[in-house]
Amino acid sequence: MTTRLAAPERGWVALVWTHLHKDLRIEWRSREAINSMLFFALLVVVLFSMAFDPTAAASREIAGGVLCVATLFASVSVLNQAWTREIRHEVLDALRMTPADRSAIFVAKVLANFFFVTVVQGLLAPVFFIFYNLRPLGNGWLLLAVVPLGTWALVANGTFFAALSIRSRNRELLLPLILFPIFLPALLAMVLAVKTILTGDGSDPHLLWLKMLAGYDIIFMTVSLLLFDTVLQAE
Amino acid sequence: MTHADASSTTSFRPTPSTAIARVVDISRLFGTFAALRRVNFDFEPGRCYVLLGENGAGKSTLLRILAGLLPPSHGEVQVFGDLAPTEACGRIGYMSHAPMLYDELTAMENLRYFAALHPPQDTLAPENALRQVGLDPSLPRTIGQYSQGMRQRASLARVLLAQPELLLLDEPFSNMDVTSAHQMVALLAGLRTTQRTIVLTTHQRELAMPIADHLLTLRAGELESVADGGALLR
Repeated sequence: MTTRLAAPERGWVALVWTHLHKDLRIEWRSREAINSMLFFALLVVVLFSMAFDPTAAASREIAGGVLCVATLFASVSVLNQAWTREIRHEVLDALRMTPADRSAIFVAKVLANFFFVTVVQGLLAPVFFIFYNLRPLGNGWLLLAVVPLGTWALVANGTFFAALSIRSRNRELLLPLILFPIFLPALLAMVLAVKTILTGDGSDPHLLWLKMLAGYDIIFMTVSLLLFDTVLQAE
Repeated sequence: MTHADASSTTSFRPTPSTAIARVVDISRLFGTFAALRRVNFDFEPGRCYVLLGENGAGKSTLLRILAGLLPPSHGEVQVFGDLAPTEACGRIGYMSHAPMLYDELTAMENLRYFAALHPPQDTLAPENALRQVGLDPSLPRTIGQYSQGMRQRASLARVLLAQPELLLLDEPFSNMDVTSAHQMVALLAGLRTTQRTIVLTTHQRELAMPIADHLLTLRAGELESVADGGALLR
């Protein structure tokens, strides 16, 4: 009887790239995730701007919240679909039967979702700044750290909990029910960090919210990575 | 042969060292429903086993347990000696009713993707796996645009990619027209000559007869009978 190796001789990074490349190729062909997210996020931003008609000062106060909520709601649609292609036609079972490290599947999926959400945020940003007549009074460059860290917190948790709920009949309802309360600390940190940057009120000189976001990301990504294989094998 | 006969018949129970897969007293419950009830069987290497039975008899459940995709509620499964199926990744190939491939990718892209998840030295070239099942590797169509027969063949190519020693095929002839089904039988007959162990489920007994070494019949989760396929054909 022939002996087989326990795992492929490909590096972990190469495995992540294999999964990520596949996810990006599928999205490039279907454009389902980005299109659905973009229209939803645009609607939220436009509707909020019309509903409140804020002054420039008020805009700076609420813009962080609107941006985060728009991203959150729009992301749920893509996170709910994160594992749909793997469930359809039982591809996930085929993946479970390969000797490759399963954590690579999760990391690639998080990276793909992060990329999709970031693309939508990139397209949304100019619209957002125009509709809310925004000009950051604080260090605007910090937004380039705050928004990705908050987005990572959202997609890492969302991808994990989407995997957890894939076998549930009501998974589309279940995901926000689990995700929103757990994402709450990161949401608050992101909203307050964005508000501090936009208003320039100097209320967070030591960047505590930013550090909290980074800590949140590290903790939840580590826990998700450790538990992902168990979640994948659960019946 | 009755279930009791099947469990006690020595001809179907080789010694542990020769059985490629062994199920020992396995049961599987889904809630209160018993899909499998105390099934015992040893699968010899290089043989083709055909699992027969009505819908809900437990055929697919048995295959999923052998594949390591479903744990038994009770009992034990050993493959390749004393390994659990989950420890034998790559040595077991499983083909389901569903193609287990991405609709949005071509067969070649799918196979390249799965090939990258296996050790290169144990993996067939994707082109060769597709040619082996009679598909053109250069076909630009995505799996979603394939006919059912082509999907089944692409799925079989995915299974063959890792050159598994134990092939578990769940209704490989389902939803196929007569020609495609016979082509699939011919493919499996070819695989049978490569000393692989094949366990397949089907409702189309007559199709599988030419390649069956043994016919196992499940009824209501119990192994009802075991018959010699060659003898029945003769």
